[in-house]
Amino acid sequence: MRGFLGSRLAQILPTLFLVSIIVFGLQQLMPGDPALVIAGDSAGDPQIVAQIRGELMLNRPIPVQYLHWLDNLLHGNLGYSWRLQEPVSELVAQKLPVTAQLSLMAFVFAVIIGVPMGILSAVKRNTAWDWLANSIGLFGLSIPTFWLGIVMILVVSVWLGWLPPSGYVPLAQNWVRSLATTVMPAFVLGNAIAAILMRHTRSAMLVALGQDYVRTARAKGLSEWVVVLRHALRNALIPVVTLGGLQLGTLLSGAVLTEQVFSVPGFGKLVVDAVFNRDYPVIQGVVLVTALLYVVLNLVTDLLYFLINPRMRAG
Amino acid sequence: MSSAALAPSLPPSPPPSLPPGLHVPESPTRVALRRFLTHRSAMLGLALCLLFVAIAVAAPLISPVSPIATDWSAIRQPPSWAHWMGTDEIGRDELARVIFGARASLLAGVVSVVIAAAIGVPAGLAAGFARGRTDAILSRIVDAMLAIPFLVLAIALAAFLGPNLRNAMIAIGVTTAPIFMRVARGATMDVMTHDYIEAARAVGNPSWRIAVRHVMPNIFPPILVQGTLSIATSIIAEASLSFLGLGEQPPTPAWGSMLNAAQQFLTQAPWLAIFPGAAIFLTVLGFNLVGDGLRDALDPRGL
Amino acid sequence: MRRTLFAAAAAACLLLGAAPRPASAQTLRIGLREDPDILDPTLGGSYVGRIVFAGMCDKLFDYDTKLDIVPQLATSYEYKDPTHLILHLRPDVSFQDGEKFDAEAVKYTLTRDLTMKGSLRKGQIGAISAIDVIDPLTVELVLKSPDSPLLAQLAGRPGIMIAPGAAEKEGPKFGLHPVCAGPFSFVSRVAEQEITLQRFPGYWNAKAIHFDRVVYEPIVNSAVRLANLQAGTLDLVEYIVPTDVPAVKKDPKLKLAMSDSLGYEGITFNTNHGPMAKSPIGESADLRRAFELAIDRKALIQVVYDGLFTAIAQANPPISQFYVPSVQPRPRDIAAAKKLVAASGFKPPISVTMIVPNSPDLLQAAQVIQAMVQPAGFDLKIQAMEFASSLATAEGGDFQAYLIAWSGRADADGNTYSFLHSGFGFNYGAFSDPAINTLLEQARLTTDIAARRDIYAKMWIEERKEMPIIYLWALSNIVGMKRQLMGFEQVPDGIIRLQGMYMAN
Repeated sequence: MRGFLGSRLAQILPTLFLVSIIVFGLQQLMPGDPALVIAGDSAGDPQIVAQIRGELMLNRPIPVQYLHWLDNLLHGNLGYSWRLQEPVSELVAQKLPVTAQLSLMAFVFAVIIGVPMGILSAVKRNTAWDWLANSIGLFGLSIPTFWLGIVMILVVSVWLGWLPPSGYVPLAQNWVRSLATTVMPAFVLGNAIAAILMRHTRSAMLVALGQDYVRTARAKGLSEWVVVLRHALRNALIPVVTLGGLQLGTLLSGAVLTEQVFSVPGFGKLVVDAVFNRDYPVIQGVVLVTALLYVVLNLVTDLLYFLINPRMRAG
Repeated sequence: MSSAALAPSLPPSPPPSLPPGLHVPESPTRVALRRFLTHRSAMLGLALCLLFVAIAVAAPLISPVSPIATDWSAIRQPPSWAHWMGTDEIGRDELARVIFGARASLLAGVVSVVIAAAIGVPAGLAAGFARGRTDAILSRIVDAMLAIPFLVLAIALAAFLGPNLRNAMIAIGVTTAPIFMRVARGATMDVMTHDYIEAARAVGNPSWRIAVRHVMPNIFPPILVQGTLSIATSIIAEASLSFLGLGEQPPTPAWGSMLNAAQQFLTQAPWLAIFPGAAIFLTVLGFNLVGDGLRDALDPRGL
Repeated sequence: MRRTLFAAAAAACLLLGAAPRPASAQTLRIGLREDPDILDPTLGGSYVGRIVFAGMCDKLFDYDTKLDIVPQLATSYEYKDPTHLILHLRPDVSFQDGEKFDAEAVKYTLTRDLTMKGSLRKGQIGAISAIDVIDPLTVELVLKSPDSPLLAQLAGRPGIMIAPGAAEKEGPKFGLHPVCAGPFSFVSRVAEQEITLQRFPGYWNAKAIHFDRVVYEPIVNSAVRLANLQAGTLDLVEYIVPTDVPAVKKDPKLKLAMSDSLGYEGITFNTNHGPMAKSPIGESADLRRAFELAIDRKALIQVVYDGLFTAIAQANPPISQFYVPSVQPRPRDIAAAKKLVAASGFKPPISVTMIVPNSPDLLQAAQVIQAMVQPAGFDLKIQAMEFASSLATAEGGDFQAYLIAWSGRADADGNTYSFLHSGFGFNYGAFSDPAINTLLEQARLTTDIAARRDIYAKMWIEERKEMPIIYLWALSNIVGMKRQLMGFEQVPDGIIRLQGMYMAN
């Protein structure tokens, strides 16, 4: 166990190092000149553009720029946003809670929808219920999130006027409005995860329902629902929870498009806007933090999986 | 992206060369095929896929008019007998554009998966087969790529290569490759624990021969399943890139870019958003159904 | 008792000089089309940033609705001679942190614009060689050479006065907590979410301000921006896209304010910038003129913008004092276009690749143009790019044609010099014509508007011979707001001034 944990922890740093190199390399390869973007409507003056290039070290060799960034990073400095002159760490601290709230709400949606449907379809296997739950699951998996977002804005906000079409209010400021602004994007985001959770719950339940202890419980004359909820579900939920952890990591990246559609000022919107504005320090910082979160969540998931499933210990 | 979870739980189908003592009336491939062909929802999915493939191939024959013929006197008209799906923002027939748009989506779905598999499967096979340092290095690269938000990676790649359909497919293919690598690696590792690999080794087969003759055929089923499901996600990814303006170039229609244009007419012309969106949905649904059916058919445990 | 109170209130109303004035404990929420960049007037380069500055910062001069330059923090100016400009400053003005506004503050601000690292203002007021404080309320600007656009610059971002103490203390981070002398002071900003300002009680023109707070919210998607206005979560949207105008008109809770704007859209050709200029359309002025003749601007505007923009053939829009009425777009004439194509010596179909920033309306326009020029013998290929890529591609000369907009300036120089004079940044195609260069330089030397307009008239005749840029349409400012929102004065620069605005009961 300790060896497993140690080796996994030792993998985090090289992974993050690779992430930073990939991101740094990619953004250098992207066409577009950050100096032109920063100069905005003053880009008509070539001297100004040249001067900005010099100040941002854009005229230095890429490895030099990378080492400079790495050096700052090792001193705990993620740098400044070129567009806003704000420290990247502050932007991250500002935006991460937004996406975290969105992801958690999405996850709650996914669990509320996915797990009961998975149970239902396993218990009522090969009936209309199973078919219905499967259809809903497939629906969730097949619908493009941005389209669902657009349609929901159209129907819920524009036609019905029930929810604000965009924006974000922090939870601490006004929790009612905060929920009102996040419920639609969270639903859209959680939708696909719900489908995945549903499928895994279903298969885990099917396995559990075939186990001896369930048969024993049935033989004891316990009612079907007690058997399902007490015995089968408890065992089936373990892999589901682990999978859930893994999906939480993908939620972070799934938020990118959802936030764009709903104008939610979170992590995803920050990074996409940074890509389009060529705000390199922000891209680097955000991707690095996202990757760190992803890796940590994966590690936790793997640990849980490892604990539950001893077969994996050999591998 | 359920694939990461999918890999360890998928056992390989029995090897094609069964030990002599066991008598099986039907080959496993035929069993799987029969299961698949009697799988009702898979058949529905297959029908959907074939329908859209047919639409894409026969687009010029079935489309009522050209998808790029503009009529400025008839912009953003609601569905009517003359234009079943209405007309778009510069007066083109929306139905014709949805029909021709199938080409970009299907092409993107299939080609990106082929690219992803071409990169990912050999890498996964190598990692799972060689283990040790090769595995460690490849796995770190895959971890790093999966840790970067998919769309950020794809946007950056597409922007770097220049926005057009071919480059969008490359971008999606490269960013999807890690998933195939993981599936192939997991399946390979699983296969390697089986006795027949030991047996093949004992007989003195060289490694490459074991990899090609014994491992490859047995990791094929999970890769086929993953491939079908990835076509579905790739179609959505292409639509997302087109939606952000990084896919097919105008005036060639693509469902994602049609949605992008439709976004600003959401209230005045909602049908412009509804039809291409529904087309994406149905196509992706088709591939998901087929993927599910394949998995059911190839995996006796019925996950 | 009640009556006296009422009378007193009425008297107070009269005293303030307006009829129905609500208690002003109110917040005004404004929707912006994008997130502004840094809120430092020396470093900022975005159009929407100027809208936020208008709420926070006063300038030396401002524009009125007719685009005449009017006093703001300067009360008047005089040219002692063409290279000596005297500014008389408004007395009893203080910055939002209490610091006094005076000649030293003007000197500090302009010096900062001219010398600060990363300043985007250097070129705009580069004509200034010295800033002399005559007395606390008088400044003399010494110019290297006569520079007629300078006054206009002082009514733009370079004219924004900032508190020297705060600026000195914050250095390059001043934009995170800007301190100016405008009606509202900066409270907070959450990037891409909102910028909050609150009423500055010590504002010199405090009686014109009727809100306690102003919140600016960037919402990029136009449909979502409109939905917020309709839902009442925004009070004003600074830009409604033309195709949304009918929806606003139909809504009984909303109203519109429309005016011509200073911005325009045009196609820049690569005539001289690197190997990509060696294309038929880059080499032949005949072909460029044929291309123009094949475009029906009116129909184009009708299709894409519901007819709300104005067809033009010059950079200065009809609303500008520098507009030359004799320079008009010619009606579409395919026969004449074909003749020009034949005369050019190139064999049709002439392949032209046009870079288009990937906003939906521009892609739409590009596709209409594509269909329009086809019968004249052009095979137009559209290359959509996200904006940052398109800028860099154009700047590198890696293009044949580029569909690009300019937000526009009140002074004609800001719409022409850097676009058509050889060697300047917005002249992406490196177009170079000695006659045009000379005329553009001449126009800078005189301050007389009529004389300058005559020079520009000559310049446009030259421009239309070579046609390095096809000017297509002048944009419109389309502001949507709640019906109860009163007192909005629309200046063609599109900047939202908060003075005089109030919410009726």
